[in-house]
Amino acid sequence: MHSFGYRLNGLLTFSVTILAIMCAIASLSDNLNTPSPSAEIQVMNINWFQKQPQGNDEVSLTMNISADLQTLFTWNTKQLFIFVAAEYETPKNSLNQVSLWDAIIPAKEHAKFWIHTSNKYRFVDQGNNLRGKEFNLTLHWHVMPKTGKMFADKIVLTGYSFPEEYR
Amino acid sequence: MKSTHIRQILSQAITLGMVVSSALIIWKGLICITGSESPVVVVLSGSMEPGFKRGDLLFLYMNKDPIRTGQIVVFNDGRDIPIVHRVIEVHERRDSKEADILTKGDANDDDDRMLYASNRQWLQQKHIMGRAVWFLPYVGWFTIIMTEKPVIKYILVGALGLLVITSKG
Repeated sequence: MHSFGYRLNGLLTFSVTILAIMCAIASLSDNLNTPSPSAEIQVMNINWFQKQPQGNDEVSLTMNISADLQTLFTWNTKQLFIFVAAEYETPKNSLNQVSLWDAIIPAKEHAKFWIHTSNKYRFVDQGNNLRGKEFNLTLHWHVMPKTGKMFADKIVLTGYSFPEEYR
Repeated sequence: MKSTHIRQILSQAITLGMVVSSALIIWKGLICITGSESPVVVVLSGSMEPGFKRGDLLFLYMNKDPIRTGQIVVFNDGRDIPIVHRVIEVHERRDSKEADILTKGDANDDDDRMLYASNRQWLQQKHIMGRAVWFLPYVGWFTIIMTEKPVIKYILVGALGLLVITSKG
């Protein structure tokens, strides 16, 4: 009953249990946080707007993105993955979501920022439906914890639209 | 003397059997609760760094909710190993509610189109095995070591067997 094997087994089981409980508590503490994020996105310029050879519309735009996401950070937060996506509907698709830009915020100090950027990823439609179309820009954030539950949310900004003509 | 010895062996065999079946029950139960064929996955590559590192453990959950951009999904479209990446594009059909999905690893510059099997341009909902909802760092290294250095697996099973046999009840 007191052999080395038994003691080692008991010790390992105990330490794994304690670690698991600590991780669970760390994750639960995230629920106590009440975040109040804010964001603003301006489309500064439509750089170009063309129909590609395969028939799909593609657009390149420059955006001014500013946000304050500091309240999302807790002691259990490893990083924030944020991205801006365009959302719109077309006759064939009830929903299209295209990710335009993303970034990783590693610490609270960097969570209040302002960036002037063109879309990091190509904005290509399934078809040629974009002329004159209205779209939303959504800023999503994905909280990645040091341990435990990940959670995500977004801010939806409406009122953007594509030009009537290609350019 | 002999019959007691046989009883001991039988009882140890039954104990071992119960341990194995309990593990199986827990595993199958997890599959039911999480709705995913593989409710727990180990991160094998560095394509989601710095968020997920090799050796981290991910708990998956799957339900009928539609796939949306930003979700971290595990997909397998016919290759040997499932991949954990983030959804960056979704085009959902108005009529069928089927969706075309595009994924990309956070640390990769390019999207996953090159990785999809048989020249596929988009993933479908059926290729998604689950969404990552819970995360434990480092715990998965145990599985990686067992897979990549089977010697350790044999040593461990041998030691466990020895422990069971030499225990006095």
